[in-house]
Amino acid sequence: MNQPRNFIRVYVWELPVRLTHWINAACIVVLGVTGYLIAHPPGYMTATEASFGYWFGIVRFTHFVAAYTFVVALVFRIYWAFVGNKFARWRSFVLLTPKEWKEAVRVAKIEIFQVSDETIEPLGHNAVSSFTYAVLFLLALFQVISGFGLYAAMSHGWMPGLFSWVMPLFGSEQTLRSFHYAANWLFILFTVVHVYMVFYTDYVDGHGGLSGIISGWKFMDKRETAVPVASQSVPPAK
Amino acid sequence: MIAPVDISKRAPTIYEQMVSRGVSRRDFMKFCAWMSAYLGLRNTGVSQIAKALETRRRIPVVWMHFQECTCCSESFIRSSHPIVADILLDKVSLDYTETLQAAAGHQAEEILQDTITKYKGEYLMLVEGSVPLGADGVYCVVGGKSAVDTVHEVAAGAKAIIAWGNCACAGCVQAANPNPTRATPINAIIKDKPIVNVQGCPPIAEVMAGVLVHLLAFDRIPQLDHLGRPKAFYSRRVHDTCYRRPNYDAGLFVESFDDENAKKGYCLYKVGCRGPTTYNSCGVIRWNNGTSYPIQSGHPCIGCSEAQFWDNGPFYQRIANFPGFGIESTADQIGMTLGGITVAGLAVHAAMTNVRKRHEIGEQPGENAEAAEKSNQEADKGGAS
Ligand code: SF4
Repeated sequence: MNQPRNFIRVYVWELPVRLTHWINAACIVVLGVTGYLIAHPPGYMTATEASFGYWFGIVRFTHFVAAYTFVVALVFRIYWAFVGNKFARWRSFVLLTPKEWKEAVRVAKIEIFQVSDETIEPLGHNAVSSFTYAVLFLLALFQVISGFGLYAAMSHGWMPGLFSWVMPLFGSEQTLRSFHYAANWLFILFTVVHVYMVFYTDYVDGHGGLSGIISGWKFMDKRETAVPVASQSVPPAK
Repeated sequence: MIAPVDISKRAPTIYEQMVSRGVSRRDFMKFCAWMSAYLGLRNTGVSQIAKALETRRRIPVVWMHFQECTCCSESFIRSSHPIVADILLDKVSLDYTETLQAAAGHQAEEILQDTITKYKGEYLMLVEGSVPLGADGVYCVVGGKSAVDTVHEVAAGAKAIIAWGNCACAGCVQAANPNPTRATPINAIIKDKPIVNVQGCPPIAEVMAGVLVHLLAFDRIPQLDHLGRPKAFYSRRVHDTCYRRPNYDAGLFVESFDDENAKKGYCLYKVGCRGPTTYNSCGVIRWNNGTSYPIQSGHPCIGCSEAQFWDNGPFYQRIANFPGFGIESTADQIGMTLGGITVAGLAVHAAMTNVRKRHEIGEQPGENAEAAEKSNQEADKGGAS
């Protein structure tokens, strides 16, 4: 693309979306790291008495605080999925019609397998990333439910108490733990791919996706915006 | 042979039975004090128990054995208080039990039939062992009857059921994957009777005695949790009552069984301790007359009072093998493999991007700068005119 491109600035991510994105990101990192530490506490030889230390207790405490924060942010984000702009709406995350699935396949061909040179409508999420975030949402839900299911047994709070039905589903607490821990790895995989894809789209499309989640603004080719919506295969976010 | 005590005229009370066995009043009161302490009753509980045992008639008890190793019985007869084994189990209440009765063959079967017909709706059914449902139940047949038939038959007239041990509560080792005999716990077979699950492999003798005394003395089942276990004994994790817990919170762990940390008595979490997911009273009541329990002797808890504890192995590994991924693969190994594949995939994708999408990315930094400036100047001019 050697001729100059004309971009217009579009406000895509509203403040609540950006806030919950970064709160969730921080929570996922904290939960992932502390979760890993809880599964594999580093060992060290020391002459200290147990009464002088509490670091493992603090790690677990941090994990629980981050979990509560994550839940609150998640609940708020769900609320925003019903009142936010079209890019934040729940409808932009689920592929329902065959047309939307076809679009997902088209996007995969362009961006993942790179066997096609068509362009995709860049505002909001494309169909593949929408799908990924829907899966991530389910994963987060599973993690919240299994986590509070584990927490219920050691808490007298009403909130964890709502999850006391979880453990019997899995047969034993140890099994539930295994699943809760294994799901952590899926978050790690997601994070790796997600960060890579952000870099990738920023590098290739030039729509400012990376700064967009800080400022809220994305950039769009005038040429692309000029195309009437109806003639595009699918507006990815409606 | 143990003949069923004739209670048709006037059945002796439990206390009368004890006295006739030579138990002194003092020992009897000591026993009541022990039991109320185990059951977590308040002070007045002692006299409540004493009174109940003095006035209540004995309840007929049948103790069934199916797929099990008899470790529950073994545990029970090693109870720290002799009255439990000697009176409660042996002489006072037990009408039928395969392992301890003198009767055999037809005589034994007769006693069982007698008891369940004569005391229909009154007797307690104690069950040790799981019940195999595979192949029509042929894996466990006693006296020509399959265990599953016997369970239904005996449970039908029982007042309440006590499921002893992990086998009867959750299937234990014979129900471990792939469970060839389809070993099934009692609570999955009998749905219409109150069932008390007394978990453990085996349960602690004092816990067994406590539950039994509760039933005999108060004639109702103790408070149960959502898994049917008596709250008095199973509401807390081994971890919550573990004397090594301060080491856990301070992050002081045994790394291997022969290291310095093991000698110092640090927490056994990293060598596989299942205390954090195991509900039992080992840390409080302990074993063998309160002498010790696994963690106290330096061995991690294996979680024997939890369902599926055999499938959550290896015992000496913190992270259990992940179900469904074969032997010897933990979530970590699976995660690392997937992570490796992902990173490799992304590297290929990144390389491909620089080839396939080159035209879209542009060529050089600053390549379009001149054109941009020019168009800005044009725009300015346009604006000025
Ligand atoms: S030894 Fe086991 S039960 Fe005791 S504190 Fe450590 S992990 Fe918990």
